Amino acid sequence: MELALTGITKQFPGVLANDNVNLTVSEGEIVALLGENGAGKTTLMNILYGLYHPTSGTVEIDGKPVQFHSPGDAIKAGIGMVHQHFMLVPVFTVAENVILGDEPTKRAGIINRAKAKKTVTEISRRYKLDVDPDAIIEDLPVGIQQRVEIIKVLERQARFVVFDEPTSVLTPTEVEGFFEIVQSLKADGKGIIFISHKLGEALEIADRIVIMRRGKTVAEVLPRDVDEAGLAELMVGRPVDLVVDKAEAEPKDVVLSVEHLTVLDDRNRRAIDGVSFQVRSGEIVGIAGVQGNGQTELVEALTGLRTPLGGRVMLKGDDMTVASPRAMHQANVAHVPEDRQKSGLVLPFTVTENIVLNSYYERPLSRGVIMDWDEARDRATRLVEEYDVRTPGIEVPVSNLSGGNQQKVIVAREFDRDVALVIASQPTRGIDVGSIEYIHSRIVEERDLGAAVLIVSSELDEVMALSDRILVMYEGKIAGEFDATASTTEIGLAMLGSTEGQNEQAS
Amino acid sequence: MTDNGDAQTEPLVTEDSPPGDRSSMDRIAGVGSSLRQALLVPALAVLTALIVGAIIIAATDLDTLPLWGTDPGEAFRQTMSGIGKAYKALFVGSVGSPRAISETLFAATPLILAGLAVAVGFQAGLFNIGVNGQMHIGGMVALWVGFSVTLPAIIHIPLAIAAAIMGGAIWGGISGVLKARTGAHEVITTIMLNFVALFMVDYLLKTSVFQAPGRNDPISQKVNASAQFPTLIGDFRLQIGFFFSLAAVAFVWWLMYRSTIGFEFRAVGYNPHGGRYAGMSVAWIYLGVMAVSGGLAGIAGTNQILGLEPYRGISNFAGTVGFDAIALALLGRSHPVGVLFAGILFGALRAGGREMQGAAGVPIDLVLVLQALIIVMIAAPRLVRAIYRIKTPDQELSTTVSTGWGG
Amino acid sequence: MAVTTSTDIVEKVRSTPEERRATAIGIVLVAIAAFVLWVFALGVDSSYVSTFNLSLPGDPDLTWAVSSQVLSFVVAAIIAFIGGWVLRRTHVKWTNLGLAIALTLFALAFLTWAAADKSFSLVGMLRSTVILSVPVTLGALTGLMCERVAIINIAIEGQLLTAAFVGTVAGSAWGIWAGLIGAMLTGAILGLVLAVLSIRYRIDQIIAGVVINIFALGLTSFLARRVLSVTPELNSPGRFSSHKIPLLGDIPVLGSMFFNHNMFVYGTYALVLILHFGFFYTRWGLRSRAVGEHPKAADTVGIDVYWTRYRNVVLGGLIAGFGGAFLTLAQVSRFEENLTAGIGYIGLAAMIFGRWMPFGALGAGLVFGFALTLQQKLGILGTPIPSEFLSMTPYLVTIIVVAGVVGRSRPPAADGQPYIKD
Repeated sequence: MELALTGITKQFPGVLANDNVNLTVSEGEIVALLGENGAGKTTLMNILYGLYHPTSGTVEIDGKPVQFHSPGDAIKAGIGMVHQHFMLVPVFTVAENVILGDEPTKRAGIINRAKAKKTVTEISRRYKLDVDPDAIIEDLPVGIQQRVEIIKVLERQARFVVFDEPTSVLTPTEVEGFFEIVQSLKADGKGIIFISHKLGEALEIADRIVIMRRGKTVAEVLPRDVDEAGLAELMVGRPVDLVVDKAEAEPKDVVLSVEHLTVLDDRNRRAIDGVSFQVRSGEIVGIAGVQGNGQTELVEALTGLRTPLGGRVMLKGDDMTVASPRAMHQANVAHVPEDRQKSGLVLPFTVTENIVLNSYYERPLSRGVIMDWDEARDRATRLVEEYDVRTPGIEVPVSNLSGGNQQKVIVAREFDRDVALVIASQPTRGIDVGSIEYIHSRIVEERDLGAAVLIVSSELDEVMALSDRILVMYEGKIAGEFDATASTTEIGLAMLGSTEGQNEQAS
Repeated sequence: MTDNGDAQTEPLVTEDSPPGDRSSMDRIAGVGSSLRQALLVPALAVLTALIVGAIIIAATDLDTLPLWGTDPGEAFRQTMSGIGKAYKALFVGSVGSPRAISETLFAATPLILAGLAVAVGFQAGLFNIGVNGQMHIGGMVALWVGFSVTLPAIIHIPLAIAAAIMGGAIWGGISGVLKARTGAHEVITTIMLNFVALFMVDYLLKTSVFQAPGRNDPISQKVNASAQFPTLIGDFRLQIGFFFSLAAVAFVWWLMYRSTIGFEFRAVGYNPHGGRYAGMSVAWIYLGVMAVSGGLAGIAGTNQILGLEPYRGISNFAGTVGFDAIALALLGRSHPVGVLFAGILFGALRAGGREMQGAAGVPIDLVLVLQALIIVMIAAPRLVRAIYRIKTPDQELSTTVSTGWGG
Repeated sequence: MAVTTSTDIVEKVRSTPEERRATAIGIVLVAIAAFVLWVFALGVDSSYVSTFNLSLPGDPDLTWAVSSQVLSFVVAAIIAFIGGWVLRRTHVKWTNLGLAIALTLFALAFLTWAAADKSFSLVGMLRSTVILSVPVTLGALTGLMCERVAIINIAIEGQLLTAAFVGTVAGSAWGIWAGLIGAMLTGAILGLVLAVLSIRYRIDQIIAGVVINIFALGLTSFLARRVLSVTPELNSPGRFSSHKIPLLGDIPVLGSMFFNHNMFVYGTYALVLILHFGFFYTRWGLRSRAVGEHPKAADTVGIDVYWTRYRNVVLGGLIAGFGGAFLTLAQVSRFEENLTAGIGYIGLAAMIFGRWMPFGALGAGLVFGFALTLQQKLGILGTPIPSEFLSMTPYLVTIIVVAGVVGRSRPPAADGQPYIKD
């Protein structure tokens, strides 16, 4: 049983996402597909799954060409996909999500709930997935949600399973559990494609590694023949510094002091529960932890976007607990938000308008209510050059820019003044390596200029590379504090919290 | 140096963006479209509407319909002549003479003002369907100022207008407050307030304060001469209200594109999250938008009382202006200058429509139908292009203004 | 290396939004109680008796006479109690229930006050509530059929109006059943138009809905003037008559209220049951809801999102058509310009009030039906309230419902967003 993609090309308006790509997978084999953001991996898999149509090229199963016009076709042919962003309906139960599209019915289209539940329980038991069929998805932790996706795929008797960035939402321990599941799938004879940008994981689990770069397949290697640095070089096309170049930190006065902070999330649960920490001028504090442990709410509370339920936030001795975003801005706090398209930018606005997005009301950009667009344009021109933002001009909508350049616009805007505190949340998510390096260096530069820096990132590598001190968040509390010499294992253990509690929730 | 490897133009749905990424509001003025493009679709929309209108006129010509069975040739001739008569009247009534042009601009005045009110709302992502009610409340306030005092016209008129602006702003502000504090969707609250205002007007017009002495029906006293808008040329109906509307166009343009307030309105309209992050108070902005919008509508209401015979308040004096304004704002792509031209166009339709009703017997409600058709085409350029088989420019996005009930 | 963990001391700085809302509602309730006390209880002579007729003419006589003042005192006391209880915020979750009970009692006290020293057909009012709730509930059901697949349907007003028009014309020309079918088809066609504009051409759904409404108003008014006024025989269809359900219809009060109506009312009940069952027990319902909550997820398991949306919106149109037919083939027997006067929008409010559930739409419809009844019937009673203010009642109630009473409920997650596939 072999799956072969041959000569796949996919042209979007203005972008060649896949350029003559070749990939094969056999039964009982795990192939890792590596590449940085924008390399074309997900596009390729979307073609395999019937979500896109290839401009040219063929897909063959056991030598017979197949055409997928929709995911339904791909599913029938035995291809299952576990997406990076889960395709689960949050308000449905586990069982409902698993049977969606393939429902067991009695007469008149009435759903046979008992049968659905039984199916889920059987698969769950067989692969040791431990999931409660009647649990509601939005109540489940992300690691369990992923298992629901896997059950979905198995329920349809997939022979080939594609995992798209599966470990980005898992703690190190959960990753181990995930790998065990993958191994049991492999033992069961499934062919597995594993998309990732995490080099270490690919080396650990894959039988073969295929590397994509800028839409092409550039190499195919065996894990024993290569190391992380070698993979990185193949992925990017040049030697890559995996470590950020920075001097030793010299922390001075406390800038940010968080005391017993408690914050509710949108569903009135305690996202942050009695958290306390400090950040000093001249140091980078990194908050590690997979998404969903309260980091988003913490950043919102610190930047004035969410009112805490209890506790205090002190900035250089001033009580800023209930300060508005504008007050924080005026206190020289720079905020690089987690979701640049949703919070950090107004996409249809021009680059200029985005550059002045949170400073438009200050002189010299405006006098009273009158905007001075000449000043704004001058500033935009200067910053675009200074921060090497690649854009056709300053009067184009910022939506035209790539992710990395959009992020640079935000960073330029935020860092272009005397910054006392930097709060950067997932600062390099989804952008190309070149921009990542640039933004990292700018952050270190701000630190060296005397700013206190707080980084929140679910990429443990990034946190470890940048931070002078690391705090681990788990379920709304600080679960551990480490200095820069700590190992991944130590930090990974802290990200555990109580594993028993997690398993209890699932069953 | 660094090898960025990023393209200048990437598809909107890239590997970076999570699925279900919502498309943000189109730049209503038209992203990347040239002037020719910007005019082409509206022109074709108007043309198509006229064609469909002709079909409707023909299909409802009860006298001629039976004739098709017996003498198709004659029926066709009569139908064509009927349509011709109707559209000729439309043309003559709108631009066929100086008086007609005056009538067009006269009719356009309240439309432009109301259209600006809606357009300001659209730019901030809000649907102000309540212009009708805001016109009524603002108009009633102006009416009261109009008959209660006598001052030199140079003070009286601005005073009445200022009072109307406040009245309309407050009425619009109610929806703004409700949206800001409770999330109540402005489509429902503004429509409901329309009805409330309507009945309020009826009630007030029967009170001793407002009611004309000696009358039993809801009609008010006459406004003092010092408050009546002076006409411009001889006995033509065109009055200074038209200049007020031009001033309003200039004001709205300045507000939206040259002031910090307009910057905030537009930012929140495109992306309330981004606005919050940037330190803008979204709740206050919603209130401000509805107040400005209501204030503009208040001026429109004032025009309907102080600007035309019988210079009295009557039941439902705002008529359909508030709803035409929605069509206007869409046609003008929410840009003040666009609204100005759209307003003049609709004014022409009205003036001509009256003539069409009088001379050719075609009810003026047809104009409503024409307007609706025009809006549909404007809101869906793809539809127009599909009908006329024009190539779609690459950059065209859908026009999505609303963000659902959550606001 | 000290591990900074949480302590159990959390200084409670401020209250949650729910608690604040409970406080606000508690205060409002106490104010209402004071109002009831002052105006309804103390504002009537202690000798006044309100007599409520509880039976229809032709049925055995049943009345309820009560001292106007005493009842209002009792109601004021109960409302004050509820208000105080809500203010204490011990069970914030039950705030809505307390509010609902208090408001129902307020309505009772109001009616008692309006009927002081008079007699008044309460059963007539209850019947009218049910009858007038029909177009609102049907509008809400239409809305929810569409919104459950994430299409916002503002055009309900236009669908009702146009369907009413077609119902009257077809009904006059070819009989009431033809009128019914014509009306339903009209509703479906307008639904199809909405679907095409929103799905294929990706027009903003609210704009599309408003446009259809403008178009409907213009077209029906135009045709009414151009055609109906010259041929009035096209504007006098028959009417569907009432049928009493045996056994159930004989229950005192409730029987007359619910089980002695024309088939539109019964049809509405049936639709509520069918839709509830359909949405929550069948494959069709699961897939529809999935499309409304997470269309991409539905797409990836092979569900055709576009077709599901088209289908549901057209089905919703059939329901709207049914509602339009009710207006001209059962309620009144002729078409007038702007017959609907905002009922479609009220239906939308009822949908939101009913939390996008069929039974919720029914309950909400009854509330609005009551407000509409007040608008009609109170004028007859001769209260000191001017008729124009009575006319405002349903609209004010709608605003209050949409703004305050409900808190914030959750529509289907993908509501209003067009679905874009490669």
